[in-house]
Amino acid sequence: MGSKIMTKSPVPQNPMPAERLLELDDVHVHFPLREGLVKAVNGVSYHVDKGEVLGIVGESGSGKSITARAIMRLLPKRAAPPTGSIRFRPRTGEDFELSGLDRNSRAIRQVRGRHIGMIFQEPMTALSPVHTIGTQIMRTVQLHMGLGKVAARARAIDLLAKVQMPRPAQMVDAYPHQLSGGMRQRAMIALAISCDPSLLIADEPTTALDVTTEAQILELLKSLQSELGMAIIFITHNFGVVADIADRVSVMYLGRIVETASVDDIFYAPKHPYTQALLRSIPRLGVDQGRRLPTIPGMVPDPFSVPEGCAFNPRCGHAVAGLCEVRVPPEKRFGAQMSRCHIADQFVQEPANV
Amino acid sequence: MVAFILRRALLAIPTLIFISFISFVIIQLPPGDYVTAYVAQLRQSGEYISAIQEAQLREQFGLNDPMLVQYWRWISNIVLRGEFGYSLEWNAPVSSLIWDRLGLTLAISSVSLVITWLIAIPVGVYSATRQYSFFDHFFTVFGFLGKGIPDFLLALVLMWMAFAYMNLDVGGLFSPQYQNAPWSLAKVVDLLAHLWIPLVVLATGGAAGLIRVMRANMLDELGKPYVETAYAQGLSESKVVWNYPVRVALNPFISTVGWALPALFSGDIITAVVLNLPTTGPLLLQALKMQDMYLAGSFILILSVFTVIGTLISDILLAWFDPRIRYA
Amino acid sequence: MTDQAIAAPKRKDHKEDLYTAKPWQLIWRRFSKHLLAVISMWFLVILALSAIFAEFVGPYDPFKVQRLRTLAPPTGIHLFHEGQFVGPFVYGLARERDPDTARVTYGPDTETVLPIHFFYSGDSYRFFGLFETDIHLFGVDDRREQINLLGTDDLGRDVFSRLIHGARVTLSAGVIGVAFAFVLGLTLGSISGYFGGWIDGSIQRLMEFIRSIPTIPLWMGLAAALPIAWDPLFVYVLITLILALIGWTSVARVVRGQFFAIRNEDYVMAARLAGASEYRIITRHMLPSMTSYIIAALTLAVPEMILGETALSFLGLGLRPPVVSWGVLLQDAQNLRSISLAPWLLSPGVAVVMTVLAFNFLGDGLRDAADPYGQ
Repeated sequence: MGSKIMTKSPVPQNPMPAERLLELDDVHVHFPLREGLVKAVNGVSYHVDKGEVLGIVGESGSGKSITARAIMRLLPKRAAPPTGSIRFRPRTGEDFELSGLDRNSRAIRQVRGRHIGMIFQEPMTALSPVHTIGTQIMRTVQLHMGLGKVAARARAIDLLAKVQMPRPAQMVDAYPHQLSGGMRQRAMIALAISCDPSLLIADEPTTALDVTTEAQILELLKSLQSELGMAIIFITHNFGVVADIADRVSVMYLGRIVETASVDDIFYAPKHPYTQALLRSIPRLGVDQGRRLPTIPGMVPDPFSVPEGCAFNPRCGHAVAGLCEVRVPPEKRFGAQMSRCHIADQFVQEPANV
Repeated sequence: MVAFILRRALLAIPTLIFISFISFVIIQLPPGDYVTAYVAQLRQSGEYISAIQEAQLREQFGLNDPMLVQYWRWISNIVLRGEFGYSLEWNAPVSSLIWDRLGLTLAISSVSLVITWLIAIPVGVYSATRQYSFFDHFFTVFGFLGKGIPDFLLALVLMWMAFAYMNLDVGGLFSPQYQNAPWSLAKVVDLLAHLWIPLVVLATGGAAGLIRVMRANMLDELGKPYVETAYAQGLSESKVVWNYPVRVALNPFISTVGWALPALFSGDIITAVVLNLPTTGPLLLQALKMQDMYLAGSFILILSVFTVIGTLISDILLAWFDPRIRYA
Repeated sequence: MTDQAIAAPKRKDHKEDLYTAKPWQLIWRRFSKHLLAVISMWFLVILALSAIFAEFVGPYDPFKVQRLRTLAPPTGIHLFHEGQFVGPFVYGLARERDPDTARVTYGPDTETVLPIHFFYSGDSYRFFGLFETDIHLFGVDDRREQINLLGTDDLGRDVFSRLIHGARVTLSAGVIGVAFAFVLGLTLGSISGYFGGWIDGSIQRLMEFIRSIPTIPLWMGLAAALPIAWDPLFVYVLITLILALIGWTSVARVVRGQFFAIRNEDYVMAARLAGASEYRIITRHMLPSMTSYIIAALTLAVPEMILGETALSFLGLGLRPPVVSWGVLLQDAQNLRSISLAPWLLSPGVAVVMTVLAFNFLGDGLRDAADPYGQ
């Protein structure tokens, strides 16, 4: 099947537009497990422009984090070699064909930390427990910016100040377990932006935090984004968070992007039944009082037996028999909006009942 | 940190008293006492001792005193004067017997410990980072064999092979002609020619188990998110592995450093017996077999004290090495 | 409509079974995929049966001294005699005295062909003390010649028969030792895990202390305190007790760890909230999830006991002749001279290694199979 994908992708040969930072085209990541083949990422294409925030929304297991790891070439070792093309052009102007790079190659190591920073979900465990946060930041800064120890330490303190860590000059010598969850996530952000990356991948950075801290971290990310002019890929399962921070949103379901649109269009004119269903299941103040919150019927299917045709068809209220469970829906474009639904056209005029 | 050390040291004191008491009880366990044995010895050499004289001797040595009084006399001699009592079997003070053999014991044990670590840590790390590779499978088999083969059997087989196929004179630490010779270059070479078997035996036995431990620890740690963070910083694989997960995976090792102390002292008794090494191990075995209880009890006491001190040392090391414990 | 639509496609029936199988079936299924563990299990089953029926499986009385067959090498089993198929047979033993060294050497006497008989009448014995019989699994029909699969020792006793008899003592010492350790460990471990607090603290300290003393000197110290003159059977029981006394800590640690882990599981809390009694919670909710782990831990504890027994007896501190155990048998192989003269005297050592490895593989297989989150 690898050859089929290779021949099918003429697009990556086009030069990237000048404003483009990252472009994924038909990326596949499969896991050959004893129970069967799991197609965790099954033909994902998206792009990020310089300085924009792309939100990626999906349930657990939709492949959103695996896609991010495919960009970083940090896939788990049991994954089969990913296919498709991933191109990256940081502010410095060089072109990187990330999809061609080996997990441990020198080139990808220059991209990681230097041009792409990454924040993880669990600030509790994502920092080394036996090193001070200062040491961990300094190591990155020394590696990529060629600074000496003293300069690196000064930069670490600066960075901690930048992420609004209280008393940065002391906190630089603190160990992760001495910090609260929110503070650790700030330290994590300081580490990720330590070399002024062009792109920040934030993998559910606020999921493990309480709501107040979540708001603070989002605020911090927004201010850092405008200050440093970097782009962000913001991965989350929470539409509320996306509305707050993203410029554009992609919705993922079972390894595919089902809809991409500007944040306004996603909320006010969703063109995929899955997006619509997700939006309906968000509780709102003052709406539908006294009624049960609608949920999406059924469960996310077992990863070993993904339904034929449109993966969402068994749970979809609009499914058309003889079509949706037979053919995989193509990408349908409506200006900047994209929906992978056979009957997406129906939703163009009809305002989604959200 | 100082308070931590002080607190741990104070906690060790009641344990030490308890242990010394147990050791004394073990000394007293076999039927008969010092005088019974002494009298038997005298009778063997043809001297006659009457029951009255025997009773007088008992009185003289204070063997009729209550247990606690006797214990006090024994322990105060050890603590205040460094006298552990007298070995009937060897007809010499226990302390001189032990100190005689201690240097060599410590040398062999610590060298083999260092070799064990030098093998076990890199191999364990490599096995974990290249899980299911040929190398990993190879050392898995090695680890299982090391676990299954008792040390003495390995010693026997190696000794036999060295003897049968390499025509080496094995057993002991010196060839007969060097046994009592003064130290010279030739004697050192001779020592080295004998030393490799015990070192191989001790290091293989130890390394086999430790490789498994290190590999399991590393596999646990390699799956943790902070490793991914380190990779995401652009560090090379070797930098990531040696700076992050290895640091954490070593903690269980450090907590057993302390246990190495009593093990160093006792040496590997069975291996030493098989290979006829002049270390403390065979001395202890002999003492136990002959029920030379002052010698045996002293051994057990020293071993236990070393254990307590060793645990204390590893607690301190661990606190120094792992900030999570230090600031807990 | 949704419910039918979601039902998983029925194309893989074994997968349906997988979702509805009982825990024990799942464990068995995972275990049976572990080839090494399955082989080890059968090996141990055969070994245990041979040990139980040692008099039947071993062709000779393990104490029968044969002055003219001392240190005879293992007899080879052949199928063809002078190019002719005659079924399994052995050659007789040719005994010669080396004229120079006056040492006795043995070689096969290719004139004498001795077919191996199965269910053959040989030395008589009492079958479990019940009745007198003389049926052995195999043997050769000759008054002079013998089949010595593993050679003979310095008194001409058949090493194979002794090995099988030794298996009975060594294996049972291991299993009984683990049983003692299990009772002790389960009691103290569950007390420790259930009550916690200072009780747990002091039991923990005790365990830590016992664990930190090098085991061999401790064993030796305790074993040496046993008077030499005691009845061998009594010594055997005491040695097992001593092994258990040291070995219980690892079992107790597993039990306590499991108890702590499970006590805080949500389903135990749920059972408690549903008003289940403590007894019901422990027997119905906590124990079932622990048994598999405990069985695995016990399996892994047996080889420790076996190695302990072997080492102690080897050093002369454990069991003593006339009791036959693997450690006792290995005493014969203690010096270089006897090993180079008769390497087959090391065969009890091989038996120890294989048994220990088999228990380890079996235990690992069980542990992996018992882990519900394993692959």
